Amino acid sequence: MTMTHTLTPTAEPATDTEDVARLLTPDGQRISDPDLERWVTDVDSSVLQSLYRDMVLVRRVDTEGVALQRQGQLGLWAPCQGQEGVQVGTARAFRADDFVFPSYREIGVNLVRGAKPADFVLAWRGEEHSTYNPYDINTATPQIIIGAQALHAVGYAMGIQRDGTDQASAAYFGDGATSQGDVNEAMIFASSFRSPVVFVCTNNQWAISEPVTVQAKFPIAGRAPGFGIPSMRVDGNDVLACLAAMRWALDNARNGIGPAFIEAVTYRMGPHTTSDDPTRYRDKEEVELWKGRDPIARVEALLRAEGAFSDEFAAQVAADADALGAEVRAAALGATSREPIGVLDHVYAEPHSGLEEQRAWFGAYLDGFGTDSEEAAR
Amino acid sequence: MTQLTMAKAINEGLRRAMADDPKVLVMGEDIGKLGGVFRITDGLLDQFGAQRVVDTPLAEAGIMGTAVGLAFRGYRPVVEIQFDGFVYPAFDQIVCQVAKLHYRTRGNVTMPITIRIPWAGGVGAAEHHSESPEAYFVHTSGLRVIAVSNPQDAYVMLRQAIASNDPVVFFEPKRLYHTKGEVDLDVDLADAPPMGLARVAREGSDVTLLTYGSQVMTALDAATAAEDDGVSIEVIDLRSISPVDYRTVTASVRKTGRVVVTHEAAREAGVGAELIASVTERCFNYLEAAPQRVTGHDIPYPPAKLEKHHLPDLDRILDAVDRVMDRPNSLTGVEL
Repeated sequence: MTMTHTLTPTAEPATDTEDVARLLTPDGQRISDPDLERWVTDVDSSVLQSLYRDMVLVRRVDTEGVALQRQGQLGLWAPCQGQEGVQVGTARAFRADDFVFPSYREIGVNLVRGAKPADFVLAWRGEEHSTYNPYDINTATPQIIIGAQALHAVGYAMGIQRDGTDQASAAYFGDGATSQGDVNEAMIFASSFRSPVVFVCTNNQWAISEPVTVQAKFPIAGRAPGFGIPSMRVDGNDVLACLAAMRWALDNARNGIGPAFIEAVTYRMGPHTTSDDPTRYRDKEEVELWKGRDPIARVEALLRAEGAFSDEFAAQVAADADALGAEVRAAALGATSREPIGVLDHVYAEPHSGLEEQRAWFGAYLDGFGTDSEEAAR
Repeated sequence: MTQLTMAKAINEGLRRAMADDPKVLVMGEDIGKLGGVFRITDGLLDQFGAQRVVDTPLAEAGIMGTAVGLAFRGYRPVVEIQFDGFVYPAFDQIVCQVAKLHYRTRGNVTMPITIRIPWAGGVGAAEHHSESPEAYFVHTSGLRVIAVSNPQDAYVMLRQAIASNDPVVFFEPKRLYHTKGEVDLDVDLADAPPMGLARVAREGSDVTLLTYGSQVMTALDAATAAEDDGVSIEVIDLRSISPVDYRTVTASVRKTGRVVVTHEAAREAGVGAELIASVTERCFNYLEAAPQRVTGHDIPYPPAKLEKHHLPDLDRILDAVDRVMDRPNSLTGVEL
């Protein structure tokens, strides 16, 4: 009997974070992995530099977001520090016409997809649910309901199949989401219909305060083969491995083989959100351990070894990050709220008599206050 | 005009919508070879193939969530939820995703999904097969909610629902699936009344009886019976319960001054409560009696042998009519 191809055995404990495929060791040594390396033979120093740059930009956006929240400019922020490798690595494998369904923490994915500075902050500031048109960057509005987007990605992929193109879709979710029915149903639909979709599970070890062992006693990547979906368990702090794994998965999707699943093993260095206090539920030693696996430092070490990390390059990347950080900050501080009546916009695509009645009433009510200049004249 | 059952009218509605627009596809459990448990999708698989008539895994959230993705891609999915009581596993996808994506994206993403639900009781079915969950959806902004009562409306409004760029929850009363009526299959949808308009199903002058879907037939029977008692009842078939056509409703109430609402769903915070609150706000000075509700009890749907005690029947409606007419009734002398 032939089993679906799997690159990961299923009987390892979920907590074994060393049982991962990688191309870069934590100290930046390039190592061989026969399953991964064939997908990144084109990656030279200049591509590595651009991966490094993207990760630094992501970290800078993240740092700025935390700072803005602490200064009261944002209501909330969901940090992604530590996850830059999986986000940039996987997202860089997409084509522009692929369609991505991210969760709320995929800052790096959205950056690579073309999100603008305001797109990172205005939702957290409470001005918008989504600042960008999903079709402009082929990326759905970040999803807050845990795992719901996995089904959307599969449905989109079913549409691709009906259109007969070689695009792919992808869903990003965390280890906690793998406990949700939606994610499991998504894998069933994707498998049954052989849909061109990639599931990217960012296993950052914690679902708010619940460790991954509450979600999984075995590696999460080990589940996918049970659905008939091939999977890889990669080092999520190895941007090169993430790029390679995603290229494999997208190739699988584009060539009619069907869905693929990637478990990227990484760590959320910060809190779940700025409202969270991770010191209540996790050890300092654990955080310190993961500091030594930093995805950005790892690429920097490799670039230095290759003689491709000059002071000039570092300064340029730092300057680019500063500029983006400033733009993000300016977008937050310069945000203007919609007119009050705008709260009623876009509930329906077509006229709805009930809402139109409320709009008429609320409009008249607002008009009753007069304009600012009329108020001032009184 | 053709004599068709409601089931056949809906089948024809799906067939023509699919023929007219290649982006329309139907999906659900058992809808392919079997033609659906009520045979509503009968013959569609043969005509349109498995890419457009999608037999899905048995997973309601999965059906609804993948429909969202298909809508993202520009498709117009028509989803069949096999029975009313099975919609709850899909509830999150409906109320958090289907209903909100247009708002969330400021109109950039539309969700032209039609959610067909064989609905309500009176057919002696098993548990979870006779429920009336409409209030949950009426309470959710971003959804339109339709409840049809005859083959012609079922045919026209289904096609309107599929053509709408908004998501529509489309309730089909199971106990009316096999009732026949005249259907104009060639009706010009552009000329048909818009989907949200109520219908005066029977004119009357003493009492306005508001209802929808499965209860319309019972309401009309009650109106006929009341006539023998000298009470003239105007029956309004709301057809759309979100939005409600309050122009038609208030015109009737201002004429009659008395209101009775009937539906199968439980009373507490139901559609009837909303209707009476809204009618009272708009027509208080015209009312000559406190509006009355005739609903299912506030109980889980009972076993089939007991459902006749749960479902509002002709006598319970007439009892409420007696209350608004200030005639002796079941509450006479009762302190509430």
